[in-house]
Amino acid sequence: MTDSINKKILLQIQGLKTYFFTKRGVVKAVDGIDLSIRRGEIVGLVGESGSGKSITSLSIMRLVPRPAGEIVDGRILLHNENLLEKSEEEMRQIRGNRISMILQDPMVSLNQILRVEYQIGEVFRFHKKTNGSLREMCINVLRNVKVPSPELRIRDYPFQFSGGMCQRVVIGMAIANSPELLIADEPTTALDVTIQSQILQLMKRVQQETGAAILMITHDLSTVAQICSRVMVMYAGRIVEKAPVHTFYKTPAHPYSSGLIKSVPVLGKKTERLFSIEGQPPSLLDPPTGCRFASRCNLAEEICRREYPPEVTLDEKVNHRVSCWLHT
Amino acid sequence: MFFKKNRKKPRKVKNRIPVVGITFVSGFLFLVVFGNWIAPYGYEHWDMTSMMTPPAWMDGGSMTHVMGTDILGRDVFSRLIHGSRFSLLIAVACIACYGTIGVIMGLLSGFIGGITDMVIMRLCDLWMSMPAIILAIILVSLMGPGALTVIIVVGVAGWPGYARIVRGECLSIKQNDFIRLARIAGCSNLRIMFSHVFPNIANTLIVLVTLNIGQMIILTATLSFLGLGTQPPSPDWGLMMNEGRQYISSAWWLVVFPGVAILMAVLGFNIVGDWLREILDPKQRLR
Repeated sequence: MTDSINKKILLQIQGLKTYFFTKRGVVKAVDGIDLSIRRGEIVGLVGESGSGKSITSLSIMRLVPRPAGEIVDGRILLHNENLLEKSEEEMRQIRGNRISMILQDPMVSLNQILRVEYQIGEVFRFHKKTNGSLREMCINVLRNVKVPSPELRIRDYPFQFSGGMCQRVVIGMAIANSPELLIADEPTTALDVTIQSQILQLMKRVQQETGAAILMITHDLSTVAQICSRVMVMYAGRIVEKAPVHTFYKTPAHPYSSGLIKSVPVLGKKTERLFSIEGQPPSLLDPPTGCRFASRCNLAEEICRREYPPEVTLDEKVNHRVSCWLHT
Repeated sequence: MFFKKNRKKPRKVKNRIPVVGITFVSGFLFLVVFGNWIAPYGYEHWDMTSMMTPPAWMDGGSMTHVMGTDILGRDVFSRLIHGSRFSLLIAVACIACYGTIGVIMGLLSGFIGGITDMVIMRLCDLWMSMPAIILAIILVSLMGPGALTVIIVVGVAGWPGYARIVRGECLSIKQNDFIRLARIAGCSNLRIMFSHVFPNIANTLIVLVTLNIGQMIILTATLSFLGLGTQPPSPDWGLMMNEGRQYISSAWWLVVFPGVAILMAVLGFNIVGDWLREILDPKQRLR
């Protein structure tokens, strides 16, 4: 694991804050997060619905839905270039080219009334990377993601593909320009379990072949265990723990992380009732001043409710960090 | 299998009305294309020796003028056939004109949103609050009557309807993930608008245009009837009715036949429009 730390940092997010300005007030969807992704690693970003995972990814792409949403603070550095300072035109050069993304539901990710060929071609057309004919390149895209008989399927419409095949097409499009970073926003949530594992294997293989870093956004801990090398846990707009995958499963430091791990059913083990974390995450309209997990935490003390805990490093060697008063 | 047997399959009621519409419309289109060869006379051909001849089956009528002649001895049947071309041409030109404006405005409004959306929509409200016919009369009196004026007038009057519908469709399509994915692939707004959103509203547009041709035929006929549209001697159906109006007591055929022609064309296009809406809507088709 030590050598992974020395790998060059690809993407670094510093103090990112993405707020939504609504009639009821300011929703702090992402409230000051720091993270870094090294070249060629697969990082998992886990957290429950509404914890700000997807907004983080959209912030990286600079596609936060406007006019309600806005990135109010922070820096997103891709090789020391701040993406937040780029013009819209420059961002378009980066999207689909250096940073790419896969969305959750493959069946609606493709335009149902345009041929697959046309949609794949779009990735090349704009970025003007043509070697050989466009059709040949499109066929190659499908071949890369193991769609059977790509020469014929290229003429088909998305509705003629199954969900898993659609997701393959989407992945193929995403990696067509060999991006440095691939953001996968719950890529397997809408698929059934066997297809899930195929898609995960595919992504792992793609990662090894292209050397792209993958930011895997998910709420499924088994996905993380299967392909990620590091995990970051997000709770109510903040990252509460960052750890290598093995450390995370063996010795989770944050009470929320251990709660998450405990609530995964174990095959073959009889339990009366599955563990669950009581309560609801706090409203992001008016988050508590202290630790955001305090109201649901069994180990919460007085200081937890009063002040937000600083990030502490538990293990410098494997880069295990946590924001919790228990460890300070 | 068990369930299938028990479940009563709803008997499909065969809807025969579209056949009527399709017949009318295809007959109309046939006349538009082949009218020149079918019509026994040219639309300007006049013959003072046989003026005000009644239709063939009436006393004094003859097979040389099946639907009779008008005050200048022009053959009503021939003029109706030639008129079909005029009516359709003007209707299509109008729709092409305001359809284009409407679609572009609607796409801009729905896709870009914000202030653009607000300005365009308020403009639509303003436009729609004026009755089309009044607006048309004002514009014609400013520009002078004629076929081209009619096209421009109707075009100017009609775009908000299209803009609204296109905007609504656009708003719902915009929410789709494939739009987001197109953005992720690096597509520009313009490209997304025309290559992703537009094909998705094509269905709606086809229906809208078909339904609109009927309305356009009525509107242009109305303008002609009021003397604001095409000018004599063009065989416009509305104009023919207007010219025949003064002789209605002695020569009813001058008014009735153009009227029936308008009725059939409009009815035909409306039925076909409804029918297209049903077959082009995937949700309805599954029923």
